[in-house]
Order: sequence, then C-alpha cells, then structure tokens
Amino acid sequence: MADGITVTKLNAWFGPSHVLHDIDLAVAPRAVTAIIGPSGCGKSTFIRCLNRMHEVVPGARVVGTVLQEGQDIYSPGVDPVEVRRRIGMVFQKPNPFPTMTVFDNVAAGLRLGGVRDRGVLNERVERALHAAALWEEVKDRLGKPGAGLSGGQQQRLCIARALAVEPEVLLMDEPCSALDPIATARIEELILELKRDLTIVIVTHNMQQAARVADATGFFLLGELVEFGPTSQLFTKPVDKRTEDYITGRFG
Amino acid sequence: MAVVFGRAGGAGTATPTIPPLVGARRARRRFGDRGFREITRAAGLSLVVMVAGMAAVMVHAAWPSLRRFGWAFITTSNWDPVAEQFGALPFIFGTLVSSLLALLLAVPLGLGAAIYLSELAPRAVRPPVTFLIELLAAIPSVVYGLWGIFVLAPWLRTWVQPALGHTLGFLPLFQGPPYGVGMLAAGLILAIMIVPFITAVSREVLLAVPRTQREAALALGATGWETTRVAVLRYGRSGLIGAILLGLGRALGETMAVTMLIGNRPEISFSLFVPGYTMASVIANEFTEATSDLYLGALIEVGLLLLVLTLAVNGMARLLVWSVGRGPTVVRE
Repeated sequence: MADGITVTKLNAWFGPSHVLHDIDLAVAPRAVTAIIGPSGCGKSTFIRCLNRMHEVVPGARVVGTVLQEGQDIYSPGVDPVEVRRRIGMVFQKPNPFPTMTVFDNVAAGLRLGGVRDRGVLNERVERALHAAALWEEVKDRLGKPGAGLSGGQQQRLCIARALAVEPEVLLMDEPCSALDPIATARIEELILELKRDLTIVIVTHNMQQAARVADATGFFLLGELVEFGPTSQLFTKPVDKRTEDYITGRFG
Repeated sequence: MAVVFGRAGGAGTATPTIPPLVGARRARRRFGDRGFREITRAAGLSLVVMVAGMAAVMVHAAWPSLRRFGWAFITTSNWDPVAEQFGALPFIFGTLVSSLLALLLAVPLGLGAAIYLSELAPRAVRPPVTFLIELLAAIPSVVYGLWGIFVLAPWLRTWVQPALGHTLGFLPLFQGPPYGVGMLAAGLILAIMIVPFITAVSREVLLAVPRTQREAALALGATGWETTRVAVLRYGRSGLIGAILLGLGRALGETMAVTMLIGNRPEISFSLFVPGYTMASVIANEFTEATSDLYLGALIEVGLLLLVLTLAVNGMARLLVWSVGRGPTVVRE
C-alpha cells in the first residue's frame, strides 16, 4: 500500500495504432492523481492499463511495466483477474447491473470472490455504502433495483460496488462526465474522503475538477505524458509550453 | 417555441406559428394523410376480424364434438373413429412431451452456441458459423422428416436405444422395445429444428448487452465465465426467455417432421421409446378420412386446443418477459 504505482516505459496499441508512448509516471499512495488532456490523448487508455482492462478490447496490446505493491502487474505469471480485484475501477457512465438490487450490486464483487456468509455480506455491503456516502439514501431500498436510482446515486453505487472488495487502488475514468454539478460535487467530496485509505487515479476532461481534487496531475497529449507534477505547480507554473496552452484554453 | 400539432391530417394541423402552405398542396396532402390512415386502419382491423372469424368458424365446426363430449374430450384417451368415440388426451400428451423433450435438448445447445458466438469465438469464426446455424432454420420440415426416417430412426434403433435401455433401463423413461420411431425420435428432430431459432435470437440478445456491463464485471475481478454469467446472461435473461419460448411455440405446432417420426399411435406412456401422437399430426393424418360431422368436429376441436395451447404459451411468455423486465423484487434475504 505504501508504494503507490510506478509506471515505467508503458506503451499501448489498438491494433496497428500506437496510442501510448513510453509513459513514465509514479502515482503516490493515499493521494489523488489526476490525468488531464484533450479527447483522444490516451488518458482513458492509460488508466485502463493500470488494471489490465485495456487488453480486454480485441486487438489491444500493452508493453511496459506497472509496479503495484512492488510487483509488475504485467509480468508473465500474473493473473489479470487478481489484479482487477486489487485495483478497482469506476467508469464514465454509471453501469450498475440493472437486473440486480442495490444490495446485490454492491455484493456482486464479494460473491465473485467467494464470500457466501450472509453476515459478512451484510456488514461489508453496509460499510461500502457508507464509504460511498450512499447508505443514508438507500438503506430503506436495498431490495429495490439498482437501476432505479438517480444518475449520481448510480455512480456512487458503482463506487460502493468497487469499494466492497476493499481494493488498494481505485481508478476513475471520467466518473462525473455524465452527472449534473450537484452530483459531481458529491462525488468530488467523496474522492477527498476516500483518499485517506486509498490510492486514487482519476481521468477527467474537466481541469477545474483536477484542480479541486488532485494532489498531483499529469497532462497527456497525443499519447505522451507531457508534464507531471504537483497540481498547484502544473496549473500555476507549467514547465512545458503545451501544458500552458492547454490549461489556458488555447486548444482542447 | 413549443408548437402544438393537432391530429395528423386533421383540420387543426396548422397553428399560427406555421406559415400556411400553398392551398392545393395542402389539400392533396391532407387527402393523402387521411387515405393512408384509412388504409392502415383497414389492414389492422382486418387482422382482428380474421382471427375472430377463424376462432368463430372453428368453434362452430367443432360444435358437434364439443356438445357431445364436453370436458371428457380432453380427459379421456379413447380415439375410435369407427365407434365415434373421441378423447384427445394422448395427442395433448404427445404434443407437450415431445415439445418439452425438444426444449430440454435444444436450450443448452442453443444457448451454448449463442454464448460461444457472441462471447468466445474468434472474430473470423463468427460469421460463417452464424450463417450455417441460420441456414438450418431454412431447411423445409419435410426434409428433416425424411432425414429422420432414414438416418435418425435407424441410428436410434440400432445404437442409442439399446445402449440407453442397457444402462438406464431401470428408469421407466427408457423401457420397451427399440422401434426407432417414437417420442425420442420426435423430440430429437424437434430439438434440431428449434436450435437455430433459439441460437439466432439468443445471439442477438447477447450481442445487445452493452460493453459497459461486461467491463463492470471484469473490473470487479470476474473471470470470463463469471462475466458471462453475472453481467451478460442476467442482463439478457428476459430476451433469452423470449428466445426459448419462441422455440417452444414452434415445437408445439410443428407437424410434418413429427408426423413422420413419432409413430402415430395414440398412447400415453412414460417410455420415450414408445410411439406417440401429437395434435398437429392427428389433424394432418386424419382430416381426409373425417367423413362424419362428429369426426370432423373432433379434429377441429383438436385444432382449437392447439390454438389455445399456443396462445397460452405466448401469453405466459409475455407475462414472464414482463415480470422479468420490471426488474428484481427480491428483498434483502
């Protein structure tokens, strides 16, 4: 846990197109790291490389090392299924399982992990819902379909679902882009609370969001990491001309 | 901003915010709209009239039998045209058992093929295999029957039935002499005939499951099979039930191939080796011989029952799909 994630010379492809070039980046533990950049810059691909989700797309390929807990998740003997249990993910569009109840959605990962004990399930589902700041809103409707919640609640349900398996890292791929400002504010508050226990990497196209929640920020452009540093420094004194152009709104 | 339109083609179409069109064009368009509406309404109503008329004519023609036998028609097993005694229970039994046997065999095969084609098969394999499976659905039923008589039945008689009788003969299901033709042969041929339907519809259903659902399961640490089970099959289950009931509906009404393979003996037996008879087969076999009003009425009553049965299956399908579509109502256990 204390190690965070160390990415070295990470390259990724979709079929013949080379979408990430030699990314080197160190994610600090128990902190929020934001990835910003214009559409198509590879920021989503990058975050999907951190839990081996990139390779589930046919034709996709990754080369490089990603050290988590001192172990390279891309070394030959590593089971991607195990990696994904340790490194949770929240997606752009809330994607609860629509046929499952609120409770079953949160319990889904635990059940996949073999937890059958009713008491353990109840306790961990409740804890995850508390952690996702959703418990008060759903405690009376745990048996109702998860798809019946509002968009913001659904996204927090997805966060609870990811938290229930107690991951060490939480990856968030533009988690607020489908939400209204109020729901967005709640998720941002939540992120700040979660970083006490978790390492968080968040992709966002919203620079204000990065400025609000992130300790460190990386700027991606055309598949390259242009600049990476403490958020305050990146936004006030960017080193690279391209970063400055982007954050001052000259393109993107 | 918000323009309120009147009924299409009605006099109130134009609101003040819409500039008036040239008069002649407008009149012509209104006439075209009305004509179109009347034609489609006639088409819609004629279907309702046709169904109602068909039911009425069938009830009328079946009346002698309905009046004579009442409920006994569906609870007794004696089908004797010479003595003019008609009890349709063996046909109902034969239709239900052969169709359920077909489902039992076809559902795992069809769902398995659909899962393979939508989730697992290499990209290059998918189109040709899909095409071949859909081709199976285009083979005429009489060709299946012919193949069944000359290939399937002898194979069952010489290999499968003796082997089943040998190993599982203690079960009533597998007792009796191996004729080849019979309930087992009919169930098998029906299974082969409905597999393409179940596969094709299920495959479409599975392909319609959003990628985000699969990714949700994968990101939780689900293996390939777990992803299919938790995210894909659950998401598509109402559609899958629809696919299965579509297959059942087809199996219930299938006539030609079953008539050629079931043995056509009105008998109720627990053994799958014994010949049976279905509702569709008895109508096809005997309508030319039905000389008396009562005999014809009895056959038409069988047809009526088949109609009611297929309606009931479809109704059940709708109900299931509807209840599943509303989402789970399970409370925290």
